[in-house]
Amino acid sequence: MRGILKIAYKLLVNDKGKFAALLIGITFAVFLMVNVTSMFAGMMMKASATVVNTGAKMWVMDRAVNTVASSIPMPDYVLNAVRSISGVKYAVPFYSGAGLARLGDGTYQGVTVLGLDDTSLYGRPALIQGHIEDIYAENGFIVVADEELPKLHNPKVGTEFEINDNRGVIVGVAKVPASGLFGVPTLYTTFSRAIQYIPSMRYTISYVLVEPASPAAIPHIKDEVERLGYRAVTETEFVARNTSFYMWRTGMGINILIMTIISFVVGLSISGQAFYTFTLENLDKFGALKAIGAKGRELVAMILLQAGVTALAGYGLGVGLCAFIIALAKVRLKDYASIVTMRNLGLAFGMVVVIAGISSVIAVRKVLRVEPFEIFRG
Amino acid sequence: MHDVAIEARGLSKWFGEGDTRTYAVREVSFEARHNEILYIVGPSGSGKTTLLSMISGILRPNVGNVQVEDVDLWALDDNHIADFRLNTVGFVFQDYHLFPRLTTVENVAIPLILKRRNWNEAIGEAMHCLEVVGLTGRAALPPNKLSGGEQQRVAIARAIVSAPDILIFDEPTASLDGDTGRKIIEFVKKEVLNEKRCILIVTHDNRIFEYADRIMAMEDGRVVGFNKGENRA
Repeated sequence: MRGILKIAYKLLVNDKGKFAALLIGITFAVFLMVNVTSMFAGMMMKASATVVNTGAKMWVMDRAVNTVASSIPMPDYVLNAVRSISGVKYAVPFYSGAGLARLGDGTYQGVTVLGLDDTSLYGRPALIQGHIEDIYAENGFIVVADEELPKLHNPKVGTEFEINDNRGVIVGVAKVPASGLFGVPTLYTTFSRAIQYIPSMRYTISYVLVEPASPAAIPHIKDEVERLGYRAVTETEFVARNTSFYMWRTGMGINILIMTIISFVVGLSISGQAFYTFTLENLDKFGALKAIGAKGRELVAMILLQAGVTALAGYGLGVGLCAFIIALAKVRLKDYASIVTMRNLGLAFGMVVVIAGISSVIAVRKVLRVEPFEIFRG
Repeated sequence: MHDVAIEARGLSKWFGEGDTRTYAVREVSFEARHNEILYIVGPSGSGKTTLLSMISGILRPNVGNVQVEDVDLWALDDNHIADFRLNTVGFVFQDYHLFPRLTTVENVAIPLILKRRNWNEAIGEAMHCLEVVGLTGRAALPPNKLSGGEQQRVAIARAIVSAPDILIFDEPTASLDGDTGRKIIEFVKKEVLNEKRCILIVTHDNRIFEYADRIMAMEDGRVVGFNKGENRA
């Protein structure tokens, strides 16, 4: 069978024009599918930036919270109640809110303010300038050095600003894995300073961050929190909840889905048509092989190999092209929200397999129906 | 070894049913022998190609049977018939049906590759066949770089590479000039025909009739007569 497959391979790749047309179809489709889903994944990564950057294993929140950016403050007793649940190693309050910073030149800039537990600073970012303990200094804030930093005029340690009419001083510059979705700079401070500087409701705790004693304790903690009337989720679940909200309740997901389906249909149309034409043009050759003595299953194997090689090569080229474009875009646009994930790659691969499968089925039907007698008749 | 290579009995083939039924071949019986070149001649539409297809395992007859070396061909299932074609019959199609995306030697090696022979071994044997037809120097070229006569010889090399007992030529000289056509048939008679082999040639080219051992004439799907070849060498 290897020799027969080698013939099929040579028939495919030696027909450079057709092979190029097939590759372009698949590559284009894969590029579109991976690009669109990567943009969505990138946006979702940014939407869940606070969750990812904080790194807490469990988050306790109001049941109505859908995204990390739209927290609903909880009363202080929730923190104490969570701390008393068996299986909780420790639990700390976390603040997430928005403030308005007045910069040195008098202009204003909206900022996200994250308040870390005063005692433990649990969820603190990694500093690239300054010392974490300086966060306790008077009016101390740590600024995140991400793509949004220039919006605060690139502050350094010692830079002063006003936040909601309170004085603020940059005491450290931090680096985080992901920056936020809404193009707003992020400032870290202590929980107590955050609730003091940012106007808030009677309740002040945005989230309770929980460290379970062991992974086995997580279900029990969830149940107990549920009994309190709140919700406890793991980091992964919170990211998924975020993504689910943006995907299904904002229209973003539907748009992405439509784009992905269009890419799939375009890919299927171009590749299917090209593969069908390729098969049609080789139909007499398949007929001749059949007349010589090739069996149906050998011809099917030839077509599947041709479709498989085209699909894999096109997939590789499409993913490569997409990665190249994303890398290129990120050089120029630091904010470019696009990330290639294994899930995106898997989805695109699945769709390419479907495209190759459908193209093959059409071609196989045609080839199996060709009568060697027709070859004789000319 | 039987002297009779192929025995066809009462072969009929029709297309369509009822009022639209049209007979392509009607009650044809004949024998072809080893070491014989049998021409099947007749005007267009006389049923030559249909008959050739039925005796080579390509087209199932409606009535009648074909006996090849004690094997009732049409009693076999599709897979065995495919094996029969691969192992027993060599085809030279009218349009050659060579693969332009493969080299000449790869084209010749195809029957061996279909017989699951090792690639290098198949290429080696194909080279030997190209030597027989005098095209060793063209082995690495694609067939579309060759002349019509050369392509015909490549098709012959492909047909004989697996040493089949029956060789079938469909209008072998149709697209060749008279001189090249005659050279090809002379070559076939001298180099390809042997005592274990039977060659059937469908043609209406009377310039090559002289090379036939026997000529079977057909008209309207029926055999209308046998003639001896005029100039058996």
